Amino acid sequence: MLKVSSLLNIATKLKNVCSIVNMAGYRQYSQNREAVVFPGIQSHYTEEMVFSDIQNEEKMDTFRIMNLKGKVINKTMEPDLSNETLVKMYKHCIIHKHMDKIMHELQRQGRISFYMTSRGEEVLQTGSAAGFHPEDLLFGQYREAGVIFWRGFSVYDMISQCYSNNSDLLKGRNMPVHYGSKEHHFVPMSSCLGTQIPHAVGVAYANKIKNKNLCSGVYFGEGASSEGDAHAAFNFAAVLKCPVIFICRNNGYAISTPTKDQYSGDGLAARAKSYGISTIRVDGNDILAMYAATKQARELAVKKNKPYFIEALAYRLGDHSTSDDSTVYKNAEEQEYWLVQGDPIPRFRKYLQDKGLWDDKTEESFNKEAKKEVLTAFKKADKQLKPNPNFMFTDVYKEMPERLQNQHQDWRKHILENADKYPLANHDQF
Amino acid sequence: MNLFESITSALDCALKRDPSACVFGEDVGFGGVFRCTVGLQEKYGADRVFNTPLSEQGIAGFAIGLAVAGATPIAEMQFADYIFPAFDQIVNEAAKFRYRSGNLFDCGKLTIRAPCGAVGHGALYHSQSPEAYFAHTPGLKVVIPRGPFNAKGLLTACINDPNPCIFFEPKILYRSAIEEVPVGDYSLPLSQAEVLVEGSDITLVGWGTQVHVLREVVKLAQEKLKVNCELIDLRTILPWDEETIAKSVAKTGRLLIAHEAPLTGGFGAEIAASIQVSLITRAYY
Ligand SMILES: Cc1ncc(C[n+]2csc(CCOP(=O)(O)OP(=O)(O)O)c2C)c(N)n1
Ligand SMILES: [Mg+2]
Repeated sequence: MLKVSSLLNIATKLKNVCSIVNMAGYRQYSQNREAVVFPGIQSHYTEEMVFSDIQNEEKMDTFRIMNLKGKVINKTMEPDLSNETLVKMYKHCIIHKHMDKIMHELQRQGRISFYMTSRGEEVLQTGSAAGFHPEDLLFGQYREAGVIFWRGFSVYDMISQCYSNNSDLLKGRNMPVHYGSKEHHFVPMSSCLGTQIPHAVGVAYANKIKNKNLCSGVYFGEGASSEGDAHAAFNFAAVLKCPVIFICRNNGYAISTPTKDQYSGDGLAARAKSYGISTIRVDGNDILAMYAATKQARELAVKKNKPYFIEALAYRLGDHSTSDDSTVYKNAEEQEYWLVQGDPIPRFRKYLQDKGLWDDKTEESFNKEAKKEVLTAFKKADKQLKPNPNFMFTDVYKEMPERLQNQHQDWRKHILENADKYPLANHDQF
Repeated sequence: MNLFESITSALDCALKRDPSACVFGEDVGFGGVFRCTVGLQEKYGADRVFNTPLSEQGIAGFAIGLAVAGATPIAEMQFADYIFPAFDQIVNEAAKFRYRSGNLFDCGKLTIRAPCGAVGHGALYHSQSPEAYFAHTPGLKVVIPRGPFNAKGLLTACINDPNPCIFFEPKILYRSAIEEVPVGDYSLPLSQAEVLVEGSDITLVGWGTQVHVLREVVKLAQEKLKVNCELIDLRTILPWDEETIAKSVAKTGRLLIAHEAPLTGGFGAEIAASIQVSLITRAYY
């Protein structure tokens, strides 16, 4: 026989089950259909057996402001950038391009060990960089010289890093193009692909709990976005509501691997969206679109404390690096198309010319100026000594532990006893 | 307190003294599967004590970011056996962050806690002692306590240390012993071994659970063999205290090292080799 108390118990339990339907996350979102009651799922029942595919859904659009001829299509979307800023942006792209050309040459001459150009991605970098607040901490992969350059890290600073000379802020410890600077709120790049992505999420979380009103930003290639770190980072950012901007540079290749061998589905944008991140796909060759999307994402991220994702499309016009020959794997017609149609710099120039901010004469004279700036910086960097060899042992820990001190002393002793065999004169000190 | 309570107490003190300290990991919000974070979310809020998605590499990478931004992350890996998805973040990023950044940026405020070692029913994936993998990585500190008092003091030292630290907690000890542990804040020095028993015939070195095994050995050796043992708890695996052990071995002339991890490439091999070199080439006599 059931006791009254147990009857009451059952009634309460039933009531709880019923009220669940009205709890957040369990809400019935269609009036006519039966809602699924399950934690974290908003769905309703169907009696049709359908396996869902991205192919059946609409592919994400690509946001642009100007067309290939540099014409703004919808005037209301044109960002409010001063003429001065627009010209500054263009000049940055031009200097960047010259720097890449000259550094590439220097590598061929054996003066630096390695180089990676940004050819084709200059406006993606400059445009997005301009959309951030200067104190937003940024992380890069390696092909982001234009981003840190926009923040004031000079051509000389970059060449010095590539030379690993005595002016290299990173003390000669990284391969070329791994820039970084505290002053410019840019975390030095790591060669390990994808590792920086969750770091940016952690920084964003710290900014959030400290009410800093800053966001963080992280750049990475479409190849790196296949790393586990990327997926963990997207998920953490969405779940922990972190004000971070993910900028995926989809340039069509990861070294030789084309995107068709990298992912299926609708690119990176569709994936990001599925993590619950507000996402936009942008024409990365349109500097106005890159600027506008980054700026908007940045404002919303800080205001709403949530992540934003930009998949930026910008074909890699150059080789992967100086160790690569892309003619081996790239389709010549494809390359030709992008060189003629897709080069983002002439497109930006057309926009400026239509506005009366630029012409053939300024183009010619500024090209000369840009080249000179790079060559002057190179000559200065080339003369610098190499860093103090003792840097091999410092900064491993905040203070050098005893056993490392012993190793350091043993090593110093060896070098001093064999000083004639080591090129110490090339170094700053010993 | 027993050991898991002393861990909670260390975390409590850290959250109290440092408003940017955050404690997080899988199931941390409700108190953790080993109950080390019980009550902390209620006390400090869900912004500072929280669950993360189930991804060790995500936890480590996210934690590094917090540290880079100047906050104090105390991340939990649910089991040391599952720290390997985070191996790259720990070895290539946390350990090298300061070095590769030319000291412009660092993640020294990072502490990672992970329960380690065998309990008896954990089989092959809930029993490992992976300290040697991390001991091969300059830039990290690796610490293993033997009991509640040391656990709180050493964990506090890890949290305050300006270098990334991994703190392995022998989970068999969580509930095994009770010690007097101050409720207030205190820390014990890292990279300092502790001589627990003085002796003259042989030096025994261990850490974590093995210290308790070796205590029995000290007794048995005395009773059965009339051998007088000196017992040392290494406490910090990296950077380790060579001097204390070398001095002891210089006195006893013999060294026995016990660890719970596999023999080949174990940290015992490092100690054995280094102590021989150091007794020959450096003056510890
Ligand atoms: C973890 C890791 N795996 C492999 C490499 C070698 N690697 C360097 S760059 C690269 C391709 C990256 O492509 P993507 O992310 O698309 O960037 P992109 O070069 O196109 O800018 C590879 C495989 C690496 N540096 N790190
Ligand atoms: Mg790519």
